[in-house]
Amino acid sequence: MRRAATFLLLGVLPWLTFSAWAGDSVPKPTIRIATEGKCIAPAEEMRRNHMDMLKHQRDKTLRQGIRGEKASLNGCIECHAAKSTGSVIGHDDSFCQSCHSYAAVKLDCWDCHQPKAGYKATGVKP
Amino acid sequence: MSNNDRRGFLAASAGLGLVAIAPGVHLMQVAQARPAGEPASKLQRWGMLVDTAKCATGCDACVSACATENGINEKVADPRQAAQWIRKIDLKDPKNGRQHSLPMMCQHCAEPPCVDVCPTGASMKRADGIVLVDRHICIGCRYCMMACPYKARSFVHQPLTQQNPEVPRGLGCVESCTLCVHRVDKGQKPACVEACPEGAMVFGDLEDPNSDIARRIAQTATTQVRADLKLNTGVRYQGI
Ligand code: SF4
Ligand code: SF4
Repeated sequence: MRRAATFLLLGVLPWLTFSAWAGDSVPKPTIRIATEGKCIAPAEEMRRNHMDMLKHQRDKTLRQGIRGEKASLNGCIECHAAKSTGSVIGHDDSFCQSCHSYAAVKLDCWDCHQPKAGYKATGVKP
Repeated sequence: MSNNDRRGFLAASAGLGLVAIAPGVHLMQVAQARPAGEPASKLQRWGMLVDTAKCATGCDACVSACATENGINEKVADPRQAAQWIRKIDLKDPKNGRQHSLPMMCQHCAEPPCVDVCPTGASMKRADGIVLVDRHICIGCRYCMMACPYKARSFVHQPLTQQNPEVPRGLGCVESCTLCVHRVDKGQKPACVEACPEGAMVFGDLEDPNSDIARRIAQTATTQVRADLKLNTGVRYQGI
């Protein structure tokens, strides 16, 4: 009897705690996708592997000069830049920024790459 | 543009690159876009020839075109920190007063000292001779700036936000003329070459004996700046 109670406790308690934890009180990243359904891979795969795909591609493109690869940062922002701002960063619900701030992973790409879709750069003679 | 559209576009521009006049006869100097998926080849070496007799004193169309093409638009507090991918230089021989003017930029050395000294491998030479900085691994140590005999490199001292999507550049990295690699890969000429109103710059494949640039180098006296350093520069000058 005592054994059974312990069993019950051990079995039920974690479940209880987990369901409470997994409830609505947990903050989740807001993911808004401007143009859905055109991604180069299923969302699950992209969530886990986009960084590896992009890293692999960047080395091939920059160092070997291979163009037209499937994974491309400029390709990402064509679909994922928010309609309102035209960008993938800048707000808490911007596509890249929402997940990266949720996961506390620093986002370096846009220090050098242009985060706005269709951006036309100007030039001022130095 | 979806990925497939982009592929199609690349393939189409590749087709346009070569204009056949008759079987076996092709218009010279029309560069070809490299098909998607194909790496740069060491059978090519991109280079440039500047005719200083044509280059006009006071003109800086090439410098402006470079800034526009590469999204160089930041205001810098100290002008010594401004990005200089290409600059105009006026020369005067004090003995006889002869003056001329020329654009100076990364010479795309075959034996680049910037690559030799780079501790991370960020300074690199692509198979087709274009010297680039891989900003993904540049640590901003600026060894390459010290090593370059042509003062061709600049360092970005401030955060940038207005880059050309095709030309990433940013804080903490060294940069220099890329020979407009993003255009060359599409079969276009560098922006400066296209913008020069005097037609003073010729761009092409030094390894292709039938290219305009290779024939001119074979026929006329051309100079490598600081040839004594034996860096085998890809940018050559005529008339200095
Ligand atoms: S000119 Fe300077 S930056 Fe360009 S390849 Fe030569 S050493 Fe490197
Ligand atoms: S500044 Fe960057 S590219 Fe230049 S030597 Fe240092 S790591 Fe290499």
